[in-house]
Amino acid sequence: MSSKTPSEWRAWLGRARFFLEEVYSTRYRGAIARARRDEDDLFMLLVFAEMMGVPNPAAYYTLELQPLLLERFHDWHKRQGMEHSPLDHFRCC
Amino acid sequence: MSAAILLAIGLVLMALGYFIYSKFIAEKIYRLDPDYRTPANEFEDGIDFVPTNKFVLWGHHFTSVAGAAPIVGPAIAVIWGWAPAFAWVVFGTIFFAGVHDTGAIWASVRNKARSVGSLTGDVVGKRARSIFMIVIFLVLLMVNAVFAVVIANLMMSFPTAVVPVWGAIIVALIIGQLIYRRILSLPVVSVLGVVALYAMIWIGPSVPLQMPAEVAGMSGNAMWILLLFLYAAIASVLPVWVLLQPRDYINGLQLFVGLIVLYGAIVLLNPTMIAPMLNIDVPAGTPSMVPLLFVTIACGAISGFHGLVSSGTTSKQLNRETDARFVGYFGAIGEGGLALAAILVASAGFASLADWQAMYSAFGQGGVKAFVEGGAFIIHNGLGVPEVTAATLLTVMAALFAGTTMDTGLRLQRYIFQEWGEIYKQEWMTKPLPATLLAVGTCLLLAFGAGGADGSGGMIIWPLFGTTNQLLAGLTLLVITVMLVHLRRPMWFTLAPLCFLLVMTVIALLFQLRSFYETGNWFLLGLDIVVLVAAVLVALECAAALKRHRALAASES
Repeated sequence: MSSKTPSEWRAWLGRARFFLEEVYSTRYRGAIARARRDEDDLFMLLVFAEMMGVPNPAAYYTLELQPLLLERFHDWHKRQGMEHSPLDHFRCC
Repeated sequence: MSAAILLAIGLVLMALGYFIYSKFIAEKIYRLDPDYRTPANEFEDGIDFVPTNKFVLWGHHFTSVAGAAPIVGPAIAVIWGWAPAFAWVVFGTIFFAGVHDTGAIWASVRNKARSVGSLTGDVVGKRARSIFMIVIFLVLLMVNAVFAVVIANLMMSFPTAVVPVWGAIIVALIIGQLIYRRILSLPVVSVLGVVALYAMIWIGPSVPLQMPAEVAGMSGNAMWILLLFLYAAIASVLPVWVLLQPRDYINGLQLFVGLIVLYGAIVLLNPTMIAPMLNIDVPAGTPSMVPLLFVTIACGAISGFHGLVSSGTTSKQLNRETDARFVGYFGAIGEGGLALAAILVASAGFASLADWQAMYSAFGQGGVKAFVEGGAFIIHNGLGVPEVTAATLLTVMAALFAGTTMDTGLRLQRYIFQEWGEIYKQEWMTKPLPATLLAVGTCLLLAFGAGGADGSGGMIIWPLFGTTNQLLAGLTLLVITVMLVHLRRPMWFTLAPLCFLLVMTVIALLFQLRSFYETGNWFLLGLDIVVLVAAVLVALECAAALKRHRALAASES
C-alpha cells in the first residue's frame, strides 16, 4: 500500500465528484436540456422581435403597472436628467 | 442446502455467462466493432446524444431497469420451490436476458439509435409496429396498476415504513433544490441524502402510521391506491429536476447499499433454505409451474421492458459499440443478482417450514411481503439490526422502486396518449394534463376492476403482466433475429429464446384464460384475450418476416 500525497487525493476526489455528477445528470440530461431550450426560445423570440422593431406585446400589459410605478418612475427620469418620460407607451409628466 | 453456497453457485454461473457466453455473442454474433462510429458520437448534440463513460452508462441502465419487478416475481415464484425459480433466473439471465439486452442496444446503435418500436415498423412491418404500440401500452398499464397495489399492500402490512417512504419524497425535493441552485456539491448532498433516508428508516418504527381499515367508505388499501396515483400523477407532470431526478439518484444509491446489506447478511448468517427445493405440495388453486413460472418471473430472467430502455436512452449514449456488452449484458446480470437475492431471502428467511407455508398459503400470497419478512429475519440474525428496522429498510427499498417505476411508467403512458391524440387529431388529448388524467384513469380501472373494490385483487394480474412483458421481449428478439438473418449470421442464439418465450406465453395465456373464465372475472378475461390475440399475431409476423428475409438473403447471395 503506497500512501497518497494530498494532490493525489485531490485528483481522486475530483474524479469521484465528476463520476457522481455524470451519474446524477445522465438520465435526465435530455429532458432538462429540452426544457431549457424551450425557455431560451421564448427569450430569443422577445429579443429578436425587439431588434426587428416588432412591438413587444408585453409592453402594453405593463401599462397596468403605471399607477403603481408612477412616483418611482417620475423620480427616476428626473434623476436621469430627462424632463419627460423617454418611453412612448409609458407617459409621465 | 446453505443459502450462501447457492448464492455463490448462482454468481459463479452468471460470471461464467459474462466472461464466456457474452464474449462469444458479442464477437461472433453481433460482431461489435470498437471502430464503429456510434450515434452518440455521430449525432452528438449535448441533449440526447452524448458519449458517456461505460461505467456511468451501466449505472444508469441498471438503475433504470432494476425495480420492484425482479423482487416481486421471484418472491411469488418461490411457491413452486426454490430450485425452479433459481434455475430460471440464472439460465434466463445468461441465455435470454443478456442476449436480449445487448442485442437491443446493438440493433438500435446500428440504426441511428432508433427505438425498437420504430425499428419494428421498418424491419418487420407496419402491422407489427401497431402490435408493438398496443403491447407497450398494456405493459405500462399493468405495471402501474400492479405496483400501486404492491405499495398499498406494503403500507398496510408495514405501517412503520409509511414515514420513511413518504419522507424520502421530501428528502428528494430538498436534494433537488440543493443541487439545482448549486447550494452544496453533489458528493456532500449524496452523503446527506443517504444519511437522511437511513435516519428516517431508523425512526420509522417509533412513528408507525396505520391507515384505518376503512376511510371515507373505502378500504384502507383502496385509499392508499388513490393517494399513490395522485402522487404519481403530480410527479409525472412536474419538471424532472424537481423530483424525479433527485429521487432516482437517491434510489440508485439506496439500491447499491440495500444489495450490499442483503448479500452481506446472507453470507454472514448463511441460513439454510427452509422452503422445499421442489414444492410438490402446493396450495390448492396454484397454477401449473410450466408455463406459469416463465411469466411469473419476467424481470430477473428476461424482460421486454429492458429493450425499451436499451433502445431508448442507452443506445444514444453508447460511446463505443463494444461497450454494449458491458452495459447490456452486465446490466442484465445486475438484475439477475437482485432476483437471486429475492429468491434466497424468500426461501431461507424463515424459522421453520411451517412458517414458510403459512406465508405461501395461496398463489399470489407471499410475494414482496415474503421478501420483506424473510429479508428482515436474515438481516436481524446476520447483522444484529432490530428486526422491525430491517423490515422497514426492505419495505422502503421495495416501495421506492415500485414508486419510481410508477411515475416513470405514468409519464410514458401519458406520452402514448399524447401521440394518439396527434394521430387521431384530438387536440385535447395532446395536452399534458388531460393525457395524464386518462393514463391515471385507465390504471385505476385496472387496479380496481381486476377483482375486489378494495383494490386487493390487483395482484391477480401479475402473471398477465409477465406474459405481456415477455411478448414485448419476443418482439425485440424478433427484430434482432431478422437483422441477423439479413446479415447472414447464425440466428439460433436469438431465435431459440424467442420461440421458447412465445410458446410459454401462449400456453400461459390459455391457462389463465381458463382460470379467469372459471372465476367469472370477465374484465381480465377480456384483457387476456387481447394479449392472446397480440401473441398469436406476433408469432405469425415472426414466421412471415423470417421467411421473407431468408428468401431475400438467399436471393442476394
